[in-house]
Amino acid sequence: MQDSVIRLENIGFAYGERQVLKNVHLDIKRGMFMGLVGPNGGGKTTLIKIILGLLKPDNGSIFLLNEPMNEFKDWNRIGFVSQKANTFNKGFPATVYEVVSMGLTAKIGYFKFFKKHHKEKVLEAIRLVDMEKYTYRNIGNLSGGQQQRVFIARALVSEPELLILDEPTVGIDYKNVDRFYELLHELNVKNNLTLLLVTHDTGVMTKYATHVACLNQTLHFHGDSAAYTALTTEQLSKIYGHPVQAIVHNHD
Amino acid sequence: MLADLLQFTFLRHTFLTGLLVGIIAPLLGTFLVVRRLSLLADALSHVTLAGISFGLLLEKTMLVSFLNPLYSGMTFSVIGAILIEKLRHVYKGYQEIGIPIILSGGVGLSVIFIALANGFNNDLFNYLFGSVSAVSQQDFWTIIIMASFIIAVIRIFYKELLTLSFDEEHATVSGIHSKRIHFLFIVLTALVIAVSIRIVGVLLVSALMTLPVASAMRISHSFKQTIVLSIVFAEIAVIVGLISGYYLSIPPGGTIVVVAILILLLSISVKRFSYILSKEG
Ligand SMILES: Nc1ncnc2c1ncn2[C@@H]1O[C@H](COP(=O)(O)OP(=O)(O)O)[C@@H](O)[C@H]1O
Ligand SMILES: [Mg+2]
Repeated sequence: MQDSVIRLENIGFAYGERQVLKNVHLDIKRGMFMGLVGPNGGGKTTLIKIILGLLKPDNGSIFLLNEPMNEFKDWNRIGFVSQKANTFNKGFPATVYEVVSMGLTAKIGYFKFFKKHHKEKVLEAIRLVDMEKYTYRNIGNLSGGQQQRVFIARALVSEPELLILDEPTVGIDYKNVDRFYELLHELNVKNNLTLLLVTHDTGVMTKYATHVACLNQTLHFHGDSAAYTALTTEQLSKIYGHPVQAIVHNHD
Repeated sequence: MLADLLQFTFLRHTFLTGLLVGIIAPLLGTFLVVRRLSLLADALSHVTLAGISFGLLLEKTMLVSFLNPLYSGMTFSVIGAILIEKLRHVYKGYQEIGIPIILSGGVGLSVIFIALANGFNNDLFNYLFGSVSAVSQQDFWTIIIMASFIIAVIRIFYKELLTLSFDEEHATVSGIHSKRIHFLFIVLTALVIAVSIRIVGVLLVSALMTLPVASAMRISHSFKQTIVLSIVFAEIAVIVGLISGYYLSIPPGGTIVVVAILILLLSISVKRFSYILSKEG
């Protein structure tokens, strides 16, 4: 059997009275590229925060890299690019090189210094996302798409086995979205990196993701990409429910 | 002053203390500014004043100096830092509410201690605006030890402090103990303030922690460069400020801050100027 990178069993979560997640079961195997989709407010970010230990679920159990959550310590084996990644302080005086270096901080560990071979790793990660021309540029002066690449490099520099991305293409201009997915696809195939990607653009995503999960409080669909694309619009709108209509009501 | 410097040991102490303060204040200040916590320095400096007043009060009323004002200042400053942290947890979502509370608390206590002592005249004036007058042998050694400690801790935790300053969520998720590192940072800030007050004074210590950083940020691209430049700017301000303060009989806090502001104006206009040039070129 393939080993599980993330296994969620019967996860439930509420913000106070507001139930956001219920009976969520999810099993992500090594090498999968899992696209997590669903309506706005469906609980995707909340689920990611639970997986990352930023929120505690009210019930259910979590296994990361085959270890129960409360025993899991190897956080540097998991890379994360937050939904808020590009809401950072744009005036922060740091170069691309410095930001990517931050991805090694925890891996190097306390009381140890950044050495020459760490520098090599950082430069390699910057090359990987095609940003070497900007290595010593200030991060605040780059475009949204470039900044997002830097954050991916920061997540990749510690050579994680799993990369989690929460709506990473928000703020990237349309032309670059395809290029961005190419990069993820390459990492998935060549480096056997397991990916969990939260996204809105289901169209592009199904081209590259191997599996799809649909979340709206609970998982409404969980299978490979081909099965997802085969879903009828009727089935889809059932999953998405009312939020789809909210867009229709917008006056343009 | 330079000739006098060689002649009088006490002046040499003041001068060297100034140079040390010129390193540690902007060093910590860079982290404070990028984390938008500049006001924390103000709050802690006023708590330090309460500590110093307390020390002076004991000295005056009990005629003992077992509690050097420098030590009582440091103690109050660190306690103030801890309280600000506690308040941050009590009022989640109002991260900065501890700052005005602690600031006013510090001023309130200072007023009470000063009144109880029927005023301290000169001593207190020195602590408010800084002084070139004698830094005692004992204070000098305390300050050297504290400064070395602060620099060493920052060196050791540099990567954690930077990672946390840039993105707290990322730091936490990657496995850094953000809360503990933040706590360490706040305690270091408290110590820097207590040490720096001897030279720049309570009212102006936050200026020395933020003005050179503000100037450096205009010009530099990287974080390291910002630190180095802000230390250079702070040292210029300290050296020019101390010497001119000495000759003009002005508390050095005033002259140091004015020099730091001139540097800030210069860095703003240099950036403007180079921008105009690059537009025309
Ligand atoms: N910190 C919070 N406190 C209270 N409610 C929240 C909080 N964060 C999110 N929610 C609510 O939980 C629901 C799920 O949000 P979220 O997980 O961000 O959804 P998604 O990422 O799928 O858009 C939303 O209705 C949102 O309003
Ligand atoms: Mg979300």
